[in-house]
Amino acid sequence: MLNLALGGEARALLGFIERQKNLVRRYWAWEFVWLLYNVVNVLSVGFLGDGLGRIDSHVSLAVLHRTQLYLLVGSLLWGYLGMVFVEIAYAIDTERWEGTIEYTFMAPMRRITHLSGICLFSIVYGFLRSLLVFLIAIFMFHLDLASANPLSAAVVMLASIIPLVGMGVIASVLPLVSPEKGQQMTMVLEGAILLVSGVYYPISVLPLPLQVLGRIMPLTYTLDGTRAAIVYGAPLGRVLPDVAVLIVMGVLLVPIGLWIFGRAEHRAKRLGLLKRSG
Amino acid sequence: MSRELAVEVHGVTKRFPRRTGGWPWRPRRHEVALHPIDLELAAGTTIGVIGPNGSGKSTLVRIISTLLLPDSGWARVFGHDVVDEARVVRRHVNRVSVEAAFFKELSAWENLLYAARLYNTPVPGLRARVEELLGRFGLRRSFIDRPLRQLSRGQQQKVAIARSLLTAPSLLLMDEPTTGLDPRSKREVQEMIDIMRSEREVTIVVCTHDMAEAESLCERVLLMDRGRVLADGTPSELGSLEKLFFERAGRAMEDADFDGEKAKEAEEVRAAC
Repeated sequence: MLNLALGGEARALLGFIERQKNLVRRYWAWEFVWLLYNVVNVLSVGFLGDGLGRIDSHVSLAVLHRTQLYLLVGSLLWGYLGMVFVEIAYAIDTERWEGTIEYTFMAPMRRITHLSGICLFSIVYGFLRSLLVFLIAIFMFHLDLASANPLSAAVVMLASIIPLVGMGVIASVLPLVSPEKGQQMTMVLEGAILLVSGVYYPISVLPLPLQVLGRIMPLTYTLDGTRAAIVYGAPLGRVLPDVAVLIVMGVLLVPIGLWIFGRAEHRAKRLGLLKRSG
Repeated sequence: MSRELAVEVHGVTKRFPRRTGGWPWRPRRHEVALHPIDLELAAGTTIGVIGPNGSGKSTLVRIISTLLLPDSGWARVFGHDVVDEARVVRRHVNRVSVEAAFFKELSAWENLLYAARLYNTPVPGLRARVEELLGRFGLRRSFIDRPLRQLSRGQQQKVAIARSLLTAPSLLLMDEPTTGLDPRSKREVQEMIDIMRSEREVTIVVCTHDMAEAESLCERVLLMDRGRVLADGTPSELGSLEKLFFERAGRAMEDADFDGEKAKEAEEVRAAC
């Protein structure tokens, strides 16, 4: 009985992933434009790193390269998070726009399956696109990654999936609450994360209240661990504290996200906000 | 012999809060969509719910299909409570709405495959089944891989009915499935409902404005207006539905539809302010 139920949930999960893949395939031209935008953003930050050497000629080449890599890792992870958030918000927004959200909510599977399917697709798709942007950045800026530790970076990225699912679920509430403004509101959420998570600077430069906020953001630890692995070649043992924090955050954020989404769904069903027409 | 009950509704009410001005502090009023309603629908029958816009048909269907929470009372589908056992209820129910809701950029096949996965319908052999099903509804095989936005409304509605059949529901809620369709598409959709009834044991609830449609398709008819059931019986018991509606509601169905449409438009304008 349990196996049957789990099998059903697994097939539904696959259904969401497949649906998102099909939508991306249909809108491939727009996806390409979006990819260009990601490349432009990362290149701008890369050139900013290059330009630092022109502004102050006393900076050593080694420091300059390290700074550039530091900024690029921030920009790439920021782009990755942005992509994941946009994909998740867009998935819910599209369902509301097309009117299919009522059919999704009527289907006999758990909400965690619905939201995990959307989040997992967004995370994998966002990762692959970010990897492509990273390869372009390596080519453009002749980045020296000889001392990077890819294993440590991979472990940090894997650990960041669970909290990212939790954050994605929380972000997906916005288009559920407001089909008109919800997707734009995810950008406000992204902006707040950009400010406090140390994307382009160590969070120690922030005022104390913002540092506290930064400490409760999973992206802070993803950045810390990934930078340590790629910029400084940190071994696995050095990034394990970040990995542990990410796992704990994931364990907390997923149920919190589901609870918030559940409340929003309950409200929508109470007030009759799900219907598009009829 | 008494038949199993597909739907039981007891004392269900629903009202929606509506703002009356353009500012955040504008006062709210409540619009009653359903007055206390009691209902029992026997399994395996086809029931027509007839009423003008704003009569509460869609609200009733949405409550039964777990998309709306009742303010009071309870509703059960095959003995399962629509609020407390929503996931069990969903296994029994599917719905066809007035507007065929699909991912319009995806093909009929991609949309149907997605629906099949959500309902744990076996995928091996599904393509052949979908082709056969759509073929019976007069849709050529070449239609299956076209984006749905390229299909007419009538064709989309047929795909929507095919989607509901793929999941083999025991209770099929059809919320104005023929509204806005051209006469030929309307006739074809009605024929499909007839075929469906003859092939498997399914309880069908058809919401419609069309009295002739209800008389021809349904074994039992509920006449609704302003959230209340005005009459309940077989088409032969009720006789002329238009006449009955006029007697019980005090206005003609056409006028009631016009009033409902006007109220809906006014509501949309208020919501946009």
